[in-house]
Amino acid sequence: MLTLTRVTKSYGGIRPRQVLCGISLAVARGDFIAIMGESGAGKSTLLNIIAGLDTADAGAVLFDGVDLAALDDNARTLLRRDSIGFVFQAFHLLPHLTVAQNVRLPLDLGGVARGEAAARTRLMLDAVGIGSLADAYPRTLSGGETQRASIARALVHEPDLLLADEPTGNLDSESAAQVLAVLREQVERHAAAAVLVTHSHAAARSAQRVYVLSAGKLEIAPE
Amino acid sequence: MTLLRMFPVLHATSGSAWSDHPGRLALTVLGIAFGVALGVAVHLINSSAAGEFSMAVRSLAGEADLVVRGPRSGFPDALYPNVAKLPGILAASPAIELDAQLAGRRDTIKVLGLDPFRAARVQPHLLAESRDATFDLLESDAVVLSRAAADALRLNVNDVLRLQAGSDVIALRVVALLPAGATPQRLAVMDIAAAQWRLGRVGELHRIDLKLRPGTDARAAARELQSILPPAVLVATPQAEAERSAALTRAYRTNLDMLALVALFTGAFLVFSTQFLALLRRRPQLALMRVLGATRARLLRLLVLEGALVGIAGSAIGVAAGCALARFGIERLAGDLGAGYFGALAPALTIDPLALLIYFVLGIAFAVAGAALPALEASRRPPALALKPGDQEEALRRLHTALPGTALIAMGLALSQAPPIGDIPIAGYFAVALVLVGAILVAPRCAELVLSRLPSTRYAPAALAAAQLQATPRQVAVSLAAILASFSLMVSMLIMVGSFRVSLTTWLDQMLPADLYVRAGRVGETGYFTPEEQTRIAAVPGVREVVYVRSQNVFMRADRPALSLLARALPPHAVRPPLSFQGAQLEPLPQDPPPAWISEIAADLLGTQIGSHIELPIGSRLHSFIVAGIWRDYARQNGAIVIDRARYIALTSDERVNEAALFLNADSEAEGIGRRLREALPGAAGLEITSRRELKKISLEVFDRTFAVTYALEIAAVVIGLFGVSAGFSAQALARRREFGVLRHIGMTRRQVGAMLACEGFAVGGFGVIAGVGLGWVISLILIHVINRQSFHWSMDLHLPWQPLTALALVLLAASSITALVSGRRAMSDEVTRAVREDW
Repeated sequence: MLTLTRVTKSYGGIRPRQVLCGISLAVARGDFIAIMGESGAGKSTLLNIIAGLDTADAGAVLFDGVDLAALDDNARTLLRRDSIGFVFQAFHLLPHLTVAQNVRLPLDLGGVARGEAAARTRLMLDAVGIGSLADAYPRTLSGGETQRASIARALVHEPDLLLADEPTGNLDSESAAQVLAVLREQVERHAAAAVLVTHSHAAARSAQRVYVLSAGKLEIAPE
Repeated sequence: MTLLRMFPVLHATSGSAWSDHPGRLALTVLGIAFGVALGVAVHLINSSAAGEFSMAVRSLAGEADLVVRGPRSGFPDALYPNVAKLPGILAASPAIELDAQLAGRRDTIKVLGLDPFRAARVQPHLLAESRDATFDLLESDAVVLSRAAADALRLNVNDVLRLQAGSDVIALRVVALLPAGATPQRLAVMDIAAAQWRLGRVGELHRIDLKLRPGTDARAAARELQSILPPAVLVATPQAEAERSAALTRAYRTNLDMLALVALFTGAFLVFSTQFLALLRRRPQLALMRVLGATRARLLRLLVLEGALVGIAGSAIGVAAGCALARFGIERLAGDLGAGYFGALAPALTIDPLALLIYFVLGIAFAVAGAALPALEASRRPPALALKPGDQEEALRRLHTALPGTALIAMGLALSQAPPIGDIPIAGYFAVALVLVGAILVAPRCAELVLSRLPSTRYAPAALAAAQLQATPRQVAVSLAAILASFSLMVSMLIMVGSFRVSLTTWLDQMLPADLYVRAGRVGETGYFTPEEQTRIAAVPGVREVVYVRSQNVFMRADRPALSLLARALPPHAVRPPLSFQGAQLEPLPQDPPPAWISEIAADLLGTQIGSHIELPIGSRLHSFIVAGIWRDYARQNGAIVIDRARYIALTSDERVNEAALFLNADSEAEGIGRRLREALPGAAGLEITSRRELKKISLEVFDRTFAVTYALEIAAVVIGLFGVSAGFSAQALARRREFGVLRHIGMTRRQVGAMLACEGFAVGGFGVIAGVGLGWVISLILIHVINRQSFHWSMDLHLPWQPLTALALVLLAASSITALVSGRRAMSDEVTRAVREDW
């Protein structure tokens, strides 16, 4: 579904720095992989390139066979809207929308009928265990609840690929474990693939495969 | 902490905020600068012109201690020896003083007929420097011109000055020019006997300038003098004369000053909006300062100082720009900014350092006032709460209650009922300010109510926009403060001016029933028709009926400008003239004195009402009249009184008229009648023949010209207000960069983000339009019924000018939508995705 072939990325400036050096990666439907690495290793850059938010200097990123470099900004946005879900470390729920309104946002943007969007949102909220918080505002939720809402928003439109950035970075260990369980369960239920970027070994252990990004190279982590 | 010690901290906190957003800082500074500049410019132009006007009036009196002044019809020159021989009088200079129409031109020149030998002791500066020229002035066709007159008319010594006298033109030889600096006005000095003869005023005087013996008490001398003078002749000091002249324009000047202050007022709201929204964004930073040990008071001082620095920068730029603008204005628009109050006076700009200082301080004060409330709120918020995300709207919770705003509005409305102070509607201005501030304080609550009723929509960008606005109604209201202030004032001015224009048009239709209007001199006091000429006018074929009007001016009080006394014939079998009467009219009983119909202005100035008895100085005696009706008059700003012409002739034997209203036969053609009239009257060169349509057109043009400056000042205020909207949206866009980034991540296209922002701008603009029109309507009622009535004594009917109001509303809607789009352009740039990535 997702194929990265010899992706290279450098950042300019007085002393250019090569962040990604010929990264290749294949992610199939149902895969749940984790990418670990030190701060500044290039994990974020890799995630941005996968999401079409940044472009590679060389190499190709194919999503279901479509080269992202060949798409314009609008087409990449539509691809994200239909096929990709995001979970952020800082949750990024919109503060002026209720939990339900936040979660149904991808459906509204995709033009899903009002009734159907409401039903799917309700199901999704129940699935992540915060059905009773549908009408609450984000500022009233705990960290774990907020991240569950964020996961619900990332999956409500049933994307093919879930990109999660340090999804447990702001949570205590108990909440983190619960969120990871929900994440894994929902990815499996929707038969999607997931790429998880994390510092946490505990989080990484929930993945099927774990990669390490170091010195611009991506390698399978030792067992 | 001293101010000096605060600067490093200020640099660390405010400096970075300003350097990060120089555009917004520039807008805020410009808002204040714009307001100060307009205030300074209008004030300097007004004060320069009024000062020059006053100097012109005083220059006629020269070294006199007292001035005896009569009505325009003058007083008998037999009075002069009685005055001159009174003990205490050292020298007396009799004069006639007239505004004479220049032949072949539409303007006038002041003619002063003096006795050169007597004037030499009282007004020596009004005589030519050379002794020969003084003797030359004794010739009946000689005239001495002031430098201003010579320059304006492009005349020099030995050239000929032509004046309208009656329906004739007289030619006068310029024998000399007055010394430079003698008087700033356009003045022609003649020998008194020559002036009386050539201008048809034999036996008349208009003024006697008196120099008192050293040690004589001027007040006692004035009292003694007044006791021997006829009722229509008054004694005043030259200073009082100048003050009376200044009173002519005071209301106009004060209103313009107030309008200019509106721009500054709007600037203060701009500072309030931008500072409030900027501080909301800087909340965590400020909370961190508190955590690190900055006390509440220190933070407050710091933030108020920020406002003061904005004020200092804005004021400095504004004062400099205001001086330049004043110079430009006085050169291009003359001293009255196009309204025609100061006639041909061409004032030079006088820079008043005290006024500049006042405006400089006002600019700072307004900026500090704008910054104080947000600073107070920011310093009071507990740091732990301020550090929490989503605290911004909480910061504005105090604005939730509408009580203080409602109280201010109620106070304003109550204050609007107060009488004027010294003819200036001080309470009215305060009422407008209170209503305005009150409404802006109520706006957040109103925004909450209105925005919560936004219709739901399936269109995601519109739904998101609605959700955003519903969640942040108070921020919306704060960002709207400046535009609400300026827009509502613009609306109120549109309604007031629109009402005035419609009332004027109706009044013109009512007051100009005749087909043609003929004047011996369009302006000035030297043109008139003799009875023989009146007969010839009436005999012109095609003329069905003629109504003659004799106009005079009469002094009712020494401290007031003269009122116009209009003697006009009543229509056959009518008991009153066809005037624009307001309210009930009275039919005098046989035992009552004869009727007089007085204009609203005269009624206000004289404090009279229907049924009151008034004493009118006609023909050197006081005559009693009963007020039989009060009519609307937009033509004579100092008030007018109409009496029956038959009564006037009986009292004065003066059968001359200044104006004739001609009703033509149905088959007559106005142009042909005009030609025949010129043939019938020998001095036809100076005749003014105007059709009803032309007169109406001219009147409306003068009206529009007078209000052009008003509109310009209002538009300036609206522009400042739009700065506020722009600053508000820009602050919000910056604060919401992460939100835009998230939306772009989850699949919102740039176009959709743009549409969302445009929807927000449209909704905010819509709220601004609804609130602005409502508030503007309330303020317009105060303008129409309080400020205008008390300033100019004009009444008018309320009329809503829907067309310009709609256009203005559309401009605001478009401007706020576009501003929202432009301000949010960063939201559609790649930087926004970086805003989210910063966390990765």
